[in-house]
Amino acid sequence: MRNKKLDHRANSGFRADALERQGVSSAATDGAEGPGDRSTGYWIGRGMLGLFSLPGMILLVSFSGFAAFAAQSGIPMAQAVFMTAVIWALPAKVILVGSIVSGAPLIAAFLAVTLSSIRLMPMIAALVPEIRTRETPTWALLLVSHLIAITAWVMAMQRVQAVPRAHRFAYVTALGLTLTLSSMTLVALVYPFVATFPPLVAGCLFFMTPVYFLASIWSSARQRVILVALVVGLAIGPFAAIAFPDIDILISGIGGGTLAWAIERAWRKREERAA
Amino acid sequence: MSWTPGLEGYVFILIAGFLATDIWRWLGVLAGNRLDESSETLNWVRAVATALVAAVVSKLIVFPTGELAASPLWVRLLAVTVGAVAFFLGRRIPAIGIGAAIATLAAALWWIGF
Repeated sequence: MRNKKLDHRANSGFRADALERQGVSSAATDGAEGPGDRSTGYWIGRGMLGLFSLPGMILLVSFSGFAAFAAQSGIPMAQAVFMTAVIWALPAKVILVGSIVSGAPLIAAFLAVTLSSIRLMPMIAALVPEIRTRETPTWALLLVSHLIAITAWVMAMQRVQAVPRAHRFAYVTALGLTLTLSSMTLVALVYPFVATFPPLVAGCLFFMTPVYFLASIWSSARQRVILVALVVGLAIGPFAAIAFPDIDILISGIGGGTLAWAIERAWRKREERAA
Repeated sequence: MSWTPGLEGYVFILIAGFLATDIWRWLGVLAGNRLDESSETLNWVRAVATALVAAVVSKLIVFPTGELAASPLWVRLLAVTVGAVAFFLGRRIPAIGIGAAIATLAAALWWIGF
């Protein structure tokens, strides 16, 4: 029952590993070419169409929310678009804007953003073996890795299984580029209008970002420690903001995260002793 | 420091944004698929990464910037609470929680004449 539930969790954090443990290695689909073999162009098109899906639409709405958030935080439009291009991951951008707003020095902003981005490493490490062939050069993978953030990753992990291996790199590149460029365009399109929105609409758009993160982190969490850290971080955040106005995000991350880790670990040990 | 729309701002974004994020993407590519999912270190890393995002989220809710800064705290807390209840009742589907929270916020803001 539990396994079935996990399989249906599209957002699952470490799906590749889970599949591998269940013996569904990517090798099983390597030969899936057969008579219906399609051209690379076809798979590029399919990758681009990934934009028109529920996760794609939620992504666009939350980027409209980011545009509103950036505008109301005093970040110029060109910089908001630039952030979307060079960072792409929404949590990292929200943390960067949050650090800028609280006047954090460069090193504190760097640490807060980099700590929030560590999770990209295991995500991408899980995706790479799925999309590379022997001929795929490492520099190409380094470039395409930039297009991967949570939504693109979830979609790629789910969908590449149905794509012949030879076309997976092209598929993921098309999907990631389409999502990135659409989001950049949307940020540029929405930003100038944020000031003209009625306060109620601007407020609701702004509110999309925190609510989207709460729901997507909770529903994609595969480990209990993530849920504990979410609750602890939520509880600590506002108090840290009052106590350490410049470096509150960093303090809540390291302090709250370590506390959450210790709580979950003690909980786990207790269960092990009871078992 | 006060924020700058000029070149300095872009350099700040490149260092604290692009570099801070893409380092992990590059390491992910290089690490390939050999990661011990059960290691305690990775567990701590997950906890810290999640707590960081959670702290930003709660700050956005409690101390929002822009238009929402003028709204009462109870309206925002009510929206998050209704969203959370809908999310858990609605089989933890993100769209249900998000929709309920935003609808509640809109209704409450309208009701207080925001």
